[in-house]
Amino acid sequence: MTQVISSDRVGPGGILSPQEIEEINADLSHYEDNQAVCIDALKIVQKHRGWVSDECVEAIADYLKISAAAVEGVATFYNLIYREPVGKKVIRVCDSVSCWVMGYETVRDRLKSELGIEYGETTADGEFTLLPGPCMGACDHAPVVMVDNDLHEDVDESKVKAIVEHYKP
Amino acid sequence: METPLTQNIGPGKAPPNLAQYQANGGYEGLRNALNVSPEAAMDVVKESNLSGRGGAGFPTGLKWSFVPSGENSPTPKYLVANGDEMEPGTFKDRLLVEGDPHQLIEGMIISAYAIGASVGFIFLRCEYVLAAERCEKAIAECLENNLLGKDILGSGFDFELYVHGSAGRYICGEETALINSLEGRRANPRAKPPFPQVSGLWGKPTVVNNVETLCNVPHILRNGAEWYQNLGIGADSGTKLYGASGRVKTPGTWELPLGVPVRDLIEKHGGGMQDGYKMKGFLPGGGSTDFLTGEHLDLPMNYESIGKAGSRMGTGQLIIMDDQVCPVGMVLNLIQFFAQESCGWCTPCRDGLPQIQHLLEKLERGEGSWEELETLAEFPRFLGPGNTFCALAPGAVEPLQSALKYFKDDFDNHIKQKCCPYG
Repeated sequence: MTQVISSDRVGPGGILSPQEIEEINADLSHYEDNQAVCIDALKIVQKHRGWVSDECVEAIADYLKISAAAVEGVATFYNLIYREPVGKKVIRVCDSVSCWVMGYETVRDRLKSELGIEYGETTADGEFTLLPGPCMGACDHAPVVMVDNDLHEDVDESKVKAIVEHYKP
Repeated sequence: METPLTQNIGPGKAPPNLAQYQANGGYEGLRNALNVSPEAAMDVVKESNLSGRGGAGFPTGLKWSFVPSGENSPTPKYLVANGDEMEPGTFKDRLLVEGDPHQLIEGMIISAYAIGASVGFIFLRCEYVLAAERCEKAIAECLENNLLGKDILGSGFDFELYVHGSAGRYICGEETALINSLEGRRANPRAKPPFPQVSGLWGKPTVVNNVETLCNVPHILRNGAEWYQNLGIGADSGTKLYGASGRVKTPGTWELPLGVPVRDLIEKHGGGMQDGYKMKGFLPGGGSTDFLTGEHLDLPMNYESIGKAGSRMGTGQLIIMDDQVCPVGMVLNLIQFFAQESCGWCTPCRDGLPQIQHLLEKLERGEGSWEELETLAEFPRFLGPGNTFCALAPGAVEPLQSALKYFKDDFDNHIKQKCCPYG
């Protein structure tokens, strides 16, 4: 759905792609002001590029006619906006209470050794980034791990290798 | 036993499409609502005694009644479904949205009609991708069938509905923080008053209701307030999505009459503790509620009894602590979560939670002192109600203050033995 957005509402898109601008415009149509689209715009850019660079923060700010500081303030507030490059797949390990009770640490440690990286790091081939994540709302199947949008439930140490293998190119 | 909220939901069962949902009585509640005035629809919900299922238990009809009405009241008005569900140990709204999106949408259309809202948002946490997809699909079906959009079912009532995915932050579950997030801002809570019902999203009247709360509404309008009251046990109305996680044999979510004994949740529906594990305590309604123990198992699981016992029913989803995990370690895990998720707006929360975390880490390593344990015991008061900007910090210290009450020996033993006794 392409929405016609009046030119007084948006500025130049800069490095934003036509596809990104089209998606941002679709969101603009049902919010009262441009600031409201800020989070969605960050998510759209991240969906296409994997992460949000300084240049993208500025381009979003220019396009939405809000300050870069406002965009940056939002980008750094939310857990799932990445301001640094990440791997092609982001693996998040739930470290909250139900998974803790069920012994998620063995899953975490096995993932670290399988990938050869610590939390916050990306594998040398650029495939995987490993991060801790807060409660993922699947506590009856703890421990859980998310790979991008895929939820893996009832994970134990023995399943880690197969999960990683599944996502390798 | 009737289970209206989960009647269309089962393991491996796809969510009903519009035709299937309608074949099972869906949108009859909406038709009933549109046949009466918005005030009359609101009255049915008031009379039903439906209370907020997000954790606070505030009467829903009363919450709605604070929205200014009449020709001269501000417009547009907004309705938001709070599906942020980031409370540790909580997984009920996911089931409802993924399992039966039309039920939520019908609840929202009726609620919007009652309060005069013309625009609605379903606010979902980022991880609930499947839920978001299913909502979008159901919304499209509604638009095609005149259940959303202009002049719904020829009633003259207009309502637009959008799905909004969060970018991940626990504080978004707090309704004023959620409103800031919907406005594309950092999700810092706002000062109250003004309450959102008067000045919320973009300064307009806004009601934020939990997903489960809204899912009750179609059934109340379809079957009546008296029917709904009779679903609960004693003075409680309706059913509740209870659940349990931890070392029970069959963790899960179950729709049961509001007010069932806690024991039923653990022993009957949860299947009892796994072999080799004993229950040492439990958090009754998420990570921000006080521990209760074996002596509380026969209490009815409702807002009042759990409140009187010194905790909160919260989300109604138990987190079981077994005898083989360290209570200090469990409290530390919870505090780490809250310290990380604090929005940083007010000092007691921003600085207090990391200090608690630091002291608990020392204690857990066996490096704690008696003086530090005394300091730890003072924190729940410093971060308690009235000393912080919102409810995050007071909730965050609830497990700590109750662990110090029920499991004090475990804290002491870390100092005496200079290590964690649980290894």
